[in-house]
Amino acid sequence: MNSQGNTYTFVYSIVLVVIVAALLSVISLSLQPAQNENIKNEKRQNILRSVNILSTASESETLFNKYITEQFIINSKGERMEGNAFDIDVAKEFKKACDQRQLPVFVAQTEKGTKYILPLYGAGLWGPIWGYVSLDENKNTIYGTVFDHQGETPGLGAEITSQHFQTQFQGKLIFDNDQLVSILVKKGGNATGAHEVDAISGGTITSRGVETMIKNYLTCYESFLKQK
Amino acid sequence: MSEKESLFSAKNRQLLLGPLSKNNPVIVQILGICSALAVTAKLEPAIVMGIAVTAVTAFSNVILSLLRNTIPNRIRIIVQLVVVAALVIIVDQLLKAYAYEISKQLSVFVGLIITNCIIMGRIEAFALGNRPWPALLDGIGSGLGYGLILVIVAFFRELLGSGTLFGIQVIPQICYDWGYRNNGLMILAPMALILVGIIIWVHRSRNKDLIEK
Amino acid sequence: MENLLNIFVRSIFIDNMIFAYFLGMCSYLAVSKTVKTSFGLGIAVIFVLFITVPVNYLLDNYVLKAGALTWLLGEEAANIDLSFLSFIMFIAIIAAMVQLVEMIVEKFAPALYNQLGIFLPLIAVNCAIMGASLFMQQRDYANVAEVTAFGLGSGIGWMLAIVGIAAIREKLKYSNIPAPLRGIGITFIVTGLMAISFMSFLGINL
Repeated sequence: MNSQGNTYTFVYSIVLVVIVAALLSVISLSLQPAQNENIKNEKRQNILRSVNILSTASESETLFNKYITEQFIINSKGERMEGNAFDIDVAKEFKKACDQRQLPVFVAQTEKGTKYILPLYGAGLWGPIWGYVSLDENKNTIYGTVFDHQGETPGLGAEITSQHFQTQFQGKLIFDNDQLVSILVKKGGNATGAHEVDAISGGTITSRGVETMIKNYLTCYESFLKQK
Repeated sequence: MSEKESLFSAKNRQLLLGPLSKNNPVIVQILGICSALAVTAKLEPAIVMGIAVTAVTAFSNVILSLLRNTIPNRIRIIVQLVVVAALVIIVDQLLKAYAYEISKQLSVFVGLIITNCIIMGRIEAFALGNRPWPALLDGIGSGLGYGLILVIVAFFRELLGSGTLFGIQVIPQICYDWGYRNNGLMILAPMALILVGIIIWVHRSRNKDLIEK
Repeated sequence: MENLLNIFVRSIFIDNMIFAYFLGMCSYLAVSKTVKTSFGLGIAVIFVLFITVPVNYLLDNYVLKAGALTWLLGEEAANIDLSFLSFIMFIAIIAAMVQLVEMIVEKFAPALYNQLGIFLPLIAVNCAIMGASLFMQQRDYANVAEVTAFGLGSGIGWMLAIVGIAAIREKLKYSNIPAPLRGIGITFIVTGLMAISFMSFLGINL
């Protein structure tokens, strides 16, 4: 058969495409469980890190089951809803208005008492940023935070993942006499008071993104946080 | 170097070892810089990237060398792209399944292996005209030559920029106490280019015949 | 509107394809010997980015993403996730678009074709084009307008870089550079220095 003819070229490309497509689908399907497990483990690790428990991917499931004693979904009025909190896709919920969202809450029993863990999601300079914040039982004092990002500039905006930035939040208060003030990110090392932390120098926009993200989510959770 | 190669495989050994220095794809042929430098702030992703590119170059060379007499000339480039893209997807899926942390660090740069000029360059220049075995050696050699440069750049950037290697602190605390500081500039992208420039400088002053007029 | 302008300016200066991500370096180094040819290649890159990034965006959002096929197949399709095919689809679109652009330009603007002609086939394997599509996917832009602004901006940024280096290289011919650094070595170092100066744009926010 003429290897430069039209029919040959046509048949050749169809055969090639079918083989490649079949091969890729098989590989993708067979690796999917492992990939999903990685994503879940990362989520568990992040949730645990927000209550200052470090874990490796392999032990994260055991530790998660040990410390996280309860998880539930609420709406913006603070009423419980049906469903599994861990399976909520925070990124997807973020696109809805606050009163439409399903809001997950994780309750952890640590050596230092009961902690409430709330997910966060927002926009950084280049792409989404997300994380978790954990609150003490009084639903006012921040116990720990964890932030992550997709494409912030290394050494600048990406510093929100650093210990140095995240530990600043510990012990800060989100309420001022029943008034939700959230946490304000101050430029130039001027942070004072119980509601302020320092921004990252050179990463102001990302830091401001963190501020907006926390404020946005705490507002959604406000009625839940005011329930005593 | 490989001066003492046995007569039997002299040519084949040259295929494998040549790209490491005299014929290095990055610093001599100036191919594949695109996706190389952004992943060199740390050693670990640089090594994984080197391995990934080596695997893709080797396999794509072999596959296309096997197919070389059947490919219709008119859709040659498309066939090459499809094979390379399929291999890169496999690499990406494997990384996501078994090396999740690193796959997050490499992010889009895994996908960019497809347009890595080394791969297309070696296929066009070598695999389409040679038998599978030499094509395999050529692919591995080129991939390793590329990985070598990545590792050298990453070594200096991580050591001078963060004071660590593979994430482990190697510059002792006492140096910091005496006033040593990590060079933050090394972490930033431009230093990778300048380091490659310096590597080329060193390499060419040792191999005078490569100097451009 | 403000947002669009912001994305546009950012992708030119701050997230510059060459200076921040080293994308499209192969043709950047090979073609930057004279300003004239660099300019031609730059225009071709802008052109192709302007077309491929939005097309790939639509493809990603309406075919490949998890649940993206629901508009066509109804709710049952919510679990279909074809995103593992995105690399191969993107490169196919790019190759096809480059071919298409080449044919259209040849037919309707022969003068332009004579100027761009030799560069167009090169562009299919230019990392900047593929890179822009992958960044587009990663950064999750909100709509086609934003994506177009990003594609156009990235292209202009790339052209800015290659024309800049070409102008410097033309002058460098008259400089006394240490022999082993001549040619490609000094080009790398100059690009590095240019990248450092581009970092001063980092604070820009419109």
